[in-house]
Amino acid sequence: MKKSYNWLLILLLTLLNNVMSAQNTIDMADTMRSNGKIYVVVGVISIIFIGIIVYLIRLDVKIGKIEKNQNKK
Amino acid sequence: MFQQKQSSSWISSHWWKVTGSLLVLYSIILGLLGEVPVLPILHESVRNLYFHVTMWFGMLAIFSISLYHSIMYLSNTNIKNDIGAEKFANTGILFGTLGVITGSLWARFTWGAWWVNDPKLNGAAISILIYFAYVVLRNSMDEEQKRAKVAAVYNIFAYVLMLVFVMVYPRLNQVDSLHPGNGGNPGFSSYDLDENMRIVFYPAVLGWILIGIWISKLAVRAEVVVYNQLNISTENNIDKNEEIL
Repeated sequence: MKKSYNWLLILLLTLLNNVMSAQNTIDMADTMRSNGKIYVVVGVISIIFIGIIVYLIRLDVKIGKIEKNQNKK
Repeated sequence: MFQQKQSSSWISSHWWKVTGSLLVLYSIILGLLGEVPVLPILHESVRNLYFHVTMWFGMLAIFSISLYHSIMYLSNTNIKNDIGAEKFANTGILFGTLGVITGSLWARFTWGAWWVNDPKLNGAAISILIYFAYVVLRNSMDEEQKRAKVAAVYNIFAYVLMLVFVMVYPRLNQVDSLHPGNGGNPGFSSYDLDENMRIVFYPAVLGWILIGIWISKLAVRAEVVVYNQLNISTENNIDKNEEIL
């Protein structure tokens, strides 16, 4: 009886170990995950900055239109 | 300075906006990914040089342009120079405030406190307060020419005080600072020696100055439109093609 239990335990532990190690290696080393995911931060800051620039460009165009309108009068 | 006649091509009137944006974007990407010197205490936060210190350089340049407008106003009493002085001062205050806040955050994790009794911190804070006073003073007067004149005179005064508090006071012999280059700390020039930092830092400074000019000029143009709208019946309209910065 005891012997069969040991056998089961070893099997379970081996399985568990396999699952754990599988989870450890699941991080894939693609670009956005490498180097402590710093590329993600670079992406976020760049997007925010580009967004602000786009906003500035839109303001610039709008003010330009108003100026043109006013100069026509 | 940069304003072109409307007949000129798109590139010749907008190249500096594109340049500024690209330079800052370049400094963000290379500033986070590039090689930096390995230093104790600072660690990776040395990269703040590209973002925190550039705010101060930008502020100085923008306040200088504001000063230029104030001097020009006193010499030709063109109201557009008054608007220019105010809007550039506003952008300078924005840069300075961001510099104080980012510096405070940086100080918390390198010097251990949000605010330390450091001459550069206090000097910067006082400078910002002096410029707040400029905004309050200018807004406290209704009569246009008088407001412009008093504001212009105060702006010159504020600029000199700002230079004293930011450039002179931290460099006095008796004054110790935690900032690089003061009180036995490694100087700014030791970063300069690092080629990797230099090729990011200087473009970043130039880029932020250009973006600051862009923001200020947008505010000026909007204010000129409002001014012309209010004075539509009178002959006081500001000619858009006037060659003023």
